[in-house]
Amino acid sequence: MKSYNLLFAGVGGQGVLLASEVISALAMNRGWDVKKSEIHGMAQRGGSVVSHVRISETQVFSPTIPLGEATHLVSFEELETLRYLDHMSPQGLVIMNLQRVNPMTVLAGAAEYPTNASELIKERLRLIEVNGVELAQKAGNPRAVNTVLLGVLSKDLPFEEEEWIDTFKQVVPPKILEINLKAFRLGREAG
Amino acid sequence: MAQKLFLSGDEAIARGAWEAGVKFASAYPGTPSTDIVDSAAKYPEIYAQWSPNEKVALEVGIGASRAGVRVLVAMKHVGLNVAADPFMTFSYTGVGGGTLIVSADDPGMHSSQNEQDNRTYARMAKVPMLEPADPEECRRLALFAYQLSEEYDTPVLMRITTRIAHGKGIVNMGERQEVEPADSWKADTEKWVMLPTFARMRHPKVEESIQKLAVLSDQWEENRIINLDGEADFGFISSGVPYQYVREAFPESPVLKLTMTHPLPEEKIREFASKVKRLYVVEELDPFLEMAIKAMGIKVIGKEAFPILGELSTELVYEGVTGKERKPLINVPENLPARPPTLCAGCPHRGVFTVLRKLKVVVMGDIGCYTLAGLPPLNALHACVCMGAGIGMAHGATMAGAPSDKTVAIIGDSTFMHSGITGVMDIVYNKGVATVIVLDNSTTAMTGKQDHPGTGVTLKGEKTKKVSIEAICRAVGVERVRYIDPYDLEETQKVLKEELEAKEPSVIITTRPCTLITKERPGITYTVDEDKCIGCGQCSNVACVAVFLSGNGTKVAKVDPLLCYGCGVCAQVCPTKAIVSTNGDGKEKRP
Repeated sequence: MKSYNLLFAGVGGQGVLLASEVISALAMNRGWDVKKSEIHGMAQRGGSVVSHVRISETQVFSPTIPLGEATHLVSFEELETLRYLDHMSPQGLVIMNLQRVNPMTVLAGAAEYPTNASELIKERLRLIEVNGVELAQKAGNPRAVNTVLLGVLSKDLPFEEEEWIDTFKQVVPPKILEINLKAFRLGREAG
Repeated sequence: MAQKLFLSGDEAIARGAWEAGVKFASAYPGTPSTDIVDSAAKYPEIYAQWSPNEKVALEVGIGASRAGVRVLVAMKHVGLNVAADPFMTFSYTGVGGGTLIVSADDPGMHSSQNEQDNRTYARMAKVPMLEPADPEECRRLALFAYQLSEEYDTPVLMRITTRIAHGKGIVNMGERQEVEPADSWKADTEKWVMLPTFARMRHPKVEESIQKLAVLSDQWEENRIINLDGEADFGFISSGVPYQYVREAFPESPVLKLTMTHPLPEEKIREFASKVKRLYVVEELDPFLEMAIKAMGIKVIGKEAFPILGELSTELVYEGVTGKERKPLINVPENLPARPPTLCAGCPHRGVFTVLRKLKVVVMGDIGCYTLAGLPPLNALHACVCMGAGIGMAHGATMAGAPSDKTVAIIGDSTFMHSGITGVMDIVYNKGVATVIVLDNSTTAMTGKQDHPGTGVTLKGEKTKKVSIEAICRAVGVERVRYIDPYDLEETQKVLKEELEAKEPSVIITTRPCTLITKERPGITYTVDEDKCIGCGQCSNVACVAVFLSGNGTKVAKVDPLLCYGCGVCAQVCPTKAIVSTNGDGKEKRP
């Protein structure tokens, strides 16, 4: 019985929630059970954003991923990747977009931004680093980082490329579908 | 196969209400409840509206129920405090058309000022309470609630929490039933006029109905025993999202899943307790179930094993039972910088708080995005209690001797409509001198840009009359009402000083819309002339993500051109005029 626990992390406005929506629809199309949990409201004003997605061939109970059970961490921002490592299974995979967004605590000089995120992760887990903004730009829109990251993720999940493409057609507005499919393929090549 | 949807708990409640034939929905926005009536409004068969506050939302709901249609009213937990007055007596009158009231509680306070447990309200009002444990149950229970409401002549309370409201899951789709309006729009004085004489006649009916509901609670299949075969060493009683944590942590263990948590299925609880040696009650926040079950004379383990604070989790359930800490397998590096929420780049509130901080004014704040001004580095908000409280607190403080030239109340436009007006009236009536600043950004920003009586647009997207904050203030007797452009710090400071010194009530209204709703941009960005920058950090102290100090040793300011909105607040606080607009003349161009 296959099941995956995926964490999507980033900063408000980066497209974290759309990415978790795509993977949820994909698993649902396969007939799997899906639960997704995230927090919006006050936390969204430039704060840390995390979305838990649990997909399984059998029933899913908790909407949040228990500590040590995340199979994948797909992160849009370096500091946010570090923040959620405690959810990871030791066999898990981290996919990290190489981008830094300074939080207010760093901007105000009250804290230092960790500059060695990749090393800290590699000491602990398997890591794929992605230059998401560059690949998204190559696809035609720097905002398509979320789709690039899904492309990378797709190589590590048991769904066919066709299933992904069908899901994009279902979830993404037609106007931006082509760019997203291109971004997805570029991500897949990088994965 | 029935068609399925992937919905949040909030959306699924709206779906269930729609399927039940609901024709009327009302609410005031409040996280995590906002999406309920926001989604209900998308169904053409449902008339849906934002009310100025939760009390009015419930009262219009009672009116619609009196007129015979099925009604949905939703609010966040603290919203039910505001609506508690009609709620308590609605239980006495009972309903016309079936009525579901949803309270969305926020354990862990993701977006709230307290984490009160609203299950107590069901007991106090003597109404049935349903607690769904996933989005599909949200739909199914909403549908069921209307049947319950009409059969037992009572409003039904559905209590959800943030994880249910914002968690998504797979939901079955049912057809909409069209329901004939109840025959309740007739004079029925004994039922609807709660004079003491008639209320005394209604109270026994309420008690009788809750007794009947207790019988139903025992028979109802949604209060169910899972995984019990003979007897067990230990087992659980749980409801809502904690039930899911129990199943996750102990998938094989017996559980009594409670779905109607008021009145409780006492026979089922006794039966389950007689077969389970060690019985755990797993619930978030208060020991609501635990106390009731203990009062039945049953020994259970509750809050001594599971925290009373915040949200529960699979780990906390596991730890409470085994006594073993469930540690992460991968540790998080130490001393990571926090990422607190913050005012957006270009937020019109920033200029006002920058000036208030400079003038060392004590700010009685309120509920909204602007509450974030209480965090560093702005540190410019000194109280926040509940919707509308800032105005009353500023008046109370100045009447008690706090310096009126150093005290203001701050409130948003939506919050002003919600419960600011009575506070202003109080200042005028009681000969106060307090100054009130209304941060009018033309939306309910914090909950996600909802309209309100001051925006000129209804929840259904129709144009309507705009309620004028100025006209209200003048009507209650405030003679000094002034407008300021919060992007202009000099003007803001001048007006503020004059109004703080005035020995009469005054209201200052800001004129810039929220950056999330306006398409107009100032059309410029700012850059730093590094030769002039002295690295003093005044600019980064305005708490904008687009402005920061960088470099080793001697620091200089930087403006991120992608994030900069062009409001110019940082440029105005710079003592050496080192931050200049990119159109080169140093003069801010404003739309």
